[in-house]
Amino acid sequence: MATTLDIPVKDAAAAPRFHVVEHHPENGSLLGFWLYLMSDCLIFAVLFAVYGVLGRSYAAGPSGADLFDLPMVALNTSMLLFSSITYGFAMLAMEQNRVKTTLAWLAVTGLFGAAFLGLELTEFAHFIHEGATPQRSAFLSSFFALVGTHGLHVTFGIVWLVTLMVQVGQRGLIPENRRRLMCLSMFWHFLDVVWIGVFSFVYLMGALR
Amino acid sequence: MSQASHAHDHGAHDHSAPGAHEGHGHEAGHGTLKGYTIGFVLSVILTAIPFWLVMGHVIPDPRLTALAVMALAAVQIVVHMVFFLHMNSRSEGGWTMLALIFTLVLVVITLSGSLWVMYHLNHNMMPMSVHDMRNMP
Repeated sequence: MATTLDIPVKDAAAAPRFHVVEHHPENGSLLGFWLYLMSDCLIFAVLFAVYGVLGRSYAAGPSGADLFDLPMVALNTSMLLFSSITYGFAMLAMEQNRVKTTLAWLAVTGLFGAAFLGLELTEFAHFIHEGATPQRSAFLSSFFALVGTHGLHVTFGIVWLVTLMVQVGQRGLIPENRRRLMCLSMFWHFLDVVWIGVFSFVYLMGALR
Repeated sequence: MSQASHAHDHGAHDHSAPGAHEGHGHEAGHGTLKGYTIGFVLSVILTAIPFWLVMGHVIPDPRLTALAVMALAAVQIVVHMVFFLHMNSRSEGGWTMLALIFTLVLVVITLSGSLWVMYHLNHNMMPMSVHDMRNMP
């Protein structure tokens, strides 16, 4: 009998909290973003398949062994790897609610990303200068399609990163910005995973023969 | 992979039972300084080895080198998934893992299917010489 009397009081206190717990806005975004990344993964899988099929069709043009400058690729890879760990540090600073530290690590991440892009564009310019344009052979078409798509992803990742730095600078680490930073974290680390496939399958295997 | 993911699961388990271990207070499924550092060191090693194998011509047989490079890349992808993307079977109620497995199945079918079909197509549609044509049944 005492419990039935208690129920209205408990309900009034419990109902709003129950509603908030049930809502889960962050989790929905993160799962949705993960699904987007998986579909992006399929795009890269198709580009890898194209490169795997066409990667030896040189049309009497330059091959990977002639073109690729492995020390430069190693430097490029380290840039992306460093940007991954610095983004991790930004996430750790975010969890400790340190706005300035988060912004500083995000800036370092952006600089490493920009350095990666700069090196990649230098490499592309060098190839094109030597006559190894995308039109030259099926190998070069598929190479530029695959590596260029990855570079475009990094470019838009940097645009997103700068946007989020402005947002965090203006509004601080509010829940919305935390959610956005976590989505970008997944995107950034995913690009690093794709790059592992690129430097192994395209550059290292291409330089082997 | 099982060992690494086990270590991560262990960390997540500690979080659900606070007080069992010290030093896991801030972990909310996003990773720790220790996790990022381990992942970074492993990635550096797993990146350096294939570059060393190819640039130093360590293994004389290019086929073996290629196999080693691909194997190391697969290991490094798993390291990134576990330490940087924080994949485990429990996040989002297991849906991220399910989506990942589904995607991996599609990726394997796409890659192996394309390479297999196109290799045989190239092999069977080799340009024929006049001599071959005359001898056809």
